Amino acid sequence: MTHVSLKNLSKIYPGTQMPALDNLSLEIPTGELTALLGPSGCGKTTTMKMIAGLLEPSSGDITFDGKSVLDEKPEDRGAVMVFQNYLLFPYMSVAENIGFGLKMRKTDPNQIKKRVGEMLDMVKLPDLGNRKPSELSGGQQQRVALARALIIQPDVLLLDEPLSNLDAHLRLEMRDLIRSLQQEMKITTIFVTHDQEEAVVLADKIALILDGKMKQYDTPQAFYDAPIDEATARFFGSQNFIHGSAKDGIFESSLGKISIPKNIKTGQGALTFRPENVQIQQDGSKDNTFTASVDNIIYLGTQTRLKLKLSDVEIDAIVNPREAQGLSIGDQINIRLPAEILWKVN
Amino acid sequence: MSTRKNTPLQSLRVLSGIVLITWLVLPPIPLAIWSFAKGWYFPDILPKRWTLNAWEYTFSNTAGVIDSLWITIWISLAATFLSILIGVPAGRALGMYKFKGKEFIELLILAPVIVPGIAVVLGIHSVFLFMGLTNTVTGVILVHLIPTLPYMTLVMSGIFANYDAAFEDQARSLGASPFKTFWYVTLPAIMPGIIVGGLFAFLVSWSQYILTLLIGGGRVITLPLLLFNFATSGRNDITGAIGMIYILPGIVILLLTAKHLSGRSGAVGGFGQI
Repeated sequence: MTHVSLKNLSKIYPGTQMPALDNLSLEIPTGELTALLGPSGCGKTTTMKMIAGLLEPSSGDITFDGKSVLDEKPEDRGAVMVFQNYLLFPYMSVAENIGFGLKMRKTDPNQIKKRVGEMLDMVKLPDLGNRKPSELSGGQQQRVALARALIIQPDVLLLDEPLSNLDAHLRLEMRDLIRSLQQEMKITTIFVTHDQEEAVVLADKIALILDGKMKQYDTPQAFYDAPIDEATARFFGSQNFIHGSAKDGIFESSLGKISIPKNIKTGQGALTFRPENVQIQQDGSKDNTFTASVDNIIYLGTQTRLKLKLSDVEIDAIVNPREAQGLSIGDQINIRLPAEILWKVN
Repeated sequence: MSTRKNTPLQSLRVLSGIVLITWLVLPPIPLAIWSFAKGWYFPDILPKRWTLNAWEYTFSNTAGVIDSLWITIWISLAATFLSILIGVPAGRALGMYKFKGKEFIELLILAPVIVPGIAVVLGIHSVFLFMGLTNTVTGVILVHLIPTLPYMTLVMSGIFANYDAAFEDQARSLGASPFKTFWYVTLPAIMPGIIVGGLFAFLVSWSQYILTLLIGGGRVITLPLLLFNFATSGRNDITGAIGMIYILPGIVILLLTAKHLSGRSGAVGGFGQI
């Protein structure tokens, strides 16, 4: 139950000019699961290590419940990090690995044994205590690493790319496990990932970091519906941008006038929308309807991706395969961009 | 399964086997026989008469062999201990970090293996003389570090090149102090290197002759010095007996470390640089 706050946190590694992390400020509420999302090398693991106390920030402050923790050693901070490659100690059994944190705290051996047993049940590996880490599968190792961190009931749990080394079905299982344990123990949890999907499925809130700077800190939904700029929208998979300027519910662009929601701010920018929200229309007379030529058709099984050209603007649309039936490259179709799916980025 | 054929490679293997046995296994045999012989003259294949005289003399108080054995063990153990103390951090720096002048430092560490000991020790002798370290056991221990440290450092740099320091971060994060982190996480991981490097350092120190002679100035009589005295005075029987004692640690250590010395072990990876 700890409120973590990062204040103007920067890190410049010795011998480099570019900051690995530039002036990051972030409030992470008690008991929430927050994702630090960004491409590799954007400073997210650096941030994580600074919170854990394994790296010293060049400037800025980190506070837990309002108290600066910069002077506290990693072993005293109450923030436990689970690394991407699990780092189970190879010379110890699974049980010894899980009990490591309690042993360092000089807990009574019988008590350790009892707690390790509980943790093994909790991560659903009840009979594997005597195995060596090398005898476990990747998913099992991940769960042992999680149990080893949770057994000491940390104030803050830090997860480095928790799902990225797992295959598809294990990811879902692990995601559910992390979420349920986190909810149950109400541990303020921060995880870093380069995979927006991983962030979306796991996090309460996402902080998107691009080039060492925080772009947007919001709920997963907001990143799809209201991205702050083109780079953010692109990171979340949107390729659709129509440049122009907005005023009083009308957007002027090379495609003509487009009606937009009233609450969109006046000014220059780009309209963006999710490819899956584009509608194919038979009748071209409705508002916000445009003629498009089909440049490419990519069949993806449960959906079909269309590359469309609206005079000089190229957009992506994702439609139901039934709707795309009978279409071929070069066809002219009518598409509609309803006002409510549109959002303006700067 | 492939059948074994008498290829050229196969014969080369047999030949090298013979050479190894002739050079390494056969030489101690006459030494062993001499130690029990009462005269052994050409053209006899074995001595005509046997005796335990040489062994009795060797273990007697007048011979000084036992004193010499203890001092040799003490010097070698101390040199090994100091080598580990210095070689582990040095190997960590060389194996894990990139820094300016690293190649030069690696060359410096290798230098004692390349440059003849006698050339180095003549310079050191005058320094030690000034510091009052000549003719002392301490001086001999210190001078033994010159040949032992390169082995220790190279073995440890090989170990640390394959070592992931993130384990230490993980231990700290789980609540281990720096000392406990070293004890529970680092030490088990580098133990094979410490064992192999330490045994090498011990053997290298054990077999020093010139360095001990020059720095010890005849006051510090280690086993090889004593052995040489008897060998040059023509007492083949006593030479044989002391020689037997002298080669014992080497054989024991070889047997103990055999499994660590295969090419696949990280502990000997550093030797590639020699």
